[in-house]
Amino acid sequence: MLQVDREELGRWRALRRLVETADPPTRAAALRAAADRSRTVVIRTIRTAGMGHVGGDLSVIDILTCLYAAVLRVDPERAGWPDRDRFILSKGHCAAALYTTLAHSGFFPPAALSTFMAPLSPLNGHPDRNKVPGVETNTGPLGHGLPVGVGAAIAGRLAGSSRRVYVVLGDGELQEGSNWEAAMAAGHRDLDNLTAVVDRNRLQQGARTEATNRLEPLAGKWRSFGWQVSEVDGHDHLALLAAFAEPGAGRPRCVIANTVKGKGVSFMEDRVEWHHKVPSAEQAEAALLELAP
Amino acid sequence: MTGPLTGAVATGETFDCRVAFAEELCALARADERVVAVCNDSVGSSNLGGFAAEFPDRLINVGIAEQDMVGVAAGLAGGGFVPFVCGAAPFLTGRALEQIKADLAYSNVHAVLCGMSPGMAYGALGPTHHSIEDLAWLRAIAGLTVVVPADPVQTRGALRWALGHRGPVYLRIGRHKVPAVTPPGRDFLVGRADTLVEGDDVTIVAAGTLVSRAVEAAALLSGSGVRARVLNMATVKPLDEAALFAAATHTHGIVTAEEATVHGGLGAAVAEFVVQHAPVPMRLLGVPGVFAPTGDTDFLLEHFGLTARGIATAALGLADARRA
Repeated sequence: MLQVDREELGRWRALRRLVETADPPTRAAALRAAADRSRTVVIRTIRTAGMGHVGGDLSVIDILTCLYAAVLRVDPERAGWPDRDRFILSKGHCAAALYTTLAHSGFFPPAALSTFMAPLSPLNGHPDRNKVPGVETNTGPLGHGLPVGVGAAIAGRLAGSSRRVYVVLGDGELQEGSNWEAAMAAGHRDLDNLTAVVDRNRLQQGARTEATNRLEPLAGKWRSFGWQVSEVDGHDHLALLAAFAEPGAGRPRCVIANTVKGKGVSFMEDRVEWHHKVPSAEQAEAALLELAP
Repeated sequence: MTGPLTGAVATGETFDCRVAFAEELCALARADERVVAVCNDSVGSSNLGGFAAEFPDRLINVGIAEQDMVGVAAGLAGGGFVPFVCGAAPFLTGRALEQIKADLAYSNVHAVLCGMSPGMAYGALGPTHHSIEDLAWLRAIAGLTVVVPADPVQTRGALRWALGHRGPVYLRIGRHKVPAVTPPGRDFLVGRADTLVEGDDVTIVAAGTLVSRAVEAAALLSGSGVRARVLNMATVKPLDEAALFAAATHTHGIVTAEEATVHGGLGAAVAEFVVQHAPVPMRLLGVPGVFAPTGDTDFLLEHFGLTARGIATAALGLADARRA
């Protein structure tokens, strides 16, 4: 079983304090450094595994960094704390990004990332709540996270708890109808303790979302289902934090985070083939050089 | 040769298991505030009216949206509640199969799926509304316990057990009226077959609506000089392997009877065990891989030979084959 990593936990707590107390430029710099560190670890993790979904990992990593460094009320030392905020990565194929973020929050040692997708590793290609502390539900098939998030939000309300629920969705997976069943239920119930974040990188496995099965007008869709919607640059940490901190309107919230698939590595950015292509040794070296020159 | 079938078929009071289900669920909810019901606009068909009146906040009706319903249940389970997910069995299992697999079973959460009106309970509404594939589908999913109560006593017992189980469960809650078959004072034990009739010639393994018919079949068979053992295999998964091993080694053949397709359900489960551990001749009774014609439930059960006489005839065939 994966155990808490004390060194990472201390580093994560210091980052949380800094983000909470520092002035905006310092805060932005700290989050940028944390996200770029995660980017390099994601590249190394996928390179070691020889498998993974690097494009989506790099588009979602800033969202995950912000949530874990500044938003989610979680405690890696008590991963099962009943009143914790619930975080669900509906786009479970970006497990490497989640695992990296969890490891950098102290949930388990980053060294475990070298076993990603290796035989008998707890770090399966899609997250498993029974093996990885911090994972709430086993995702992988698309369109599963939001219904579970709706249930978690109803549970929080029934329990009289102030805990919140955050679900990160891929944009391509919004083509799954189950999301809209859940969106309708959340809107109907005015689940103001639920936030959905759409990693809007505009690419899916085979092509652009808009060429495959059009999502736009996406904000309008969510609004029409009764959600409060904000659109931000999904790589601008302060903008993301501002969106998460927006005053509630008594409705579920959707943050459409406009992102770039493969963000941070020039030759991967906005390229459909980097959905799950694995970088060669030379490409990985070039990517790491770009991320940590 | 054995003699013709001459025994009488008993008749008596019959029960819609949804009544016992609703009463027991309310009793559990009174005693345990973790109990919530989740449904898909099925308050009426799941007989949840009483629950809704008594626990309005704890009935979560997501509307006609089965995938959402099962996902919501997983979220509730992760939030400290024990959801009893109630919907017509064909839609609950067929529409939300991947959610059952990933969100409940693979995630290993404590949730209880209550498939209402399973088998061919919806009769002439037709095969879209029949749930004869559910046992095959759900039996294939790791970690999921599958229970088919045969009468009101088993329905109550299975619900109580499921609340304490701390894992995912599928319960089939019958609507087609059945006689009481469980002897007084006998508790529901998961994974344990209930021997309702002793016998050493052949064994009838049945579940749900077919259990009372199997008991009647044993009476018919005794009139023909065949002593049939009847096992109520309410837990389709995990099977009572000890009872099956004893049946396969002490009797001379096994007939299985279920209100489900013979492809992958109870009979297939029994055959998988028997063929590997104690091969013995078998007959599998159920729906033989076809979509049912139009007709009410009794007509359809008769049509497919899922009657006391049909079971007895199959058992007689095994007994005769042995003696030939």
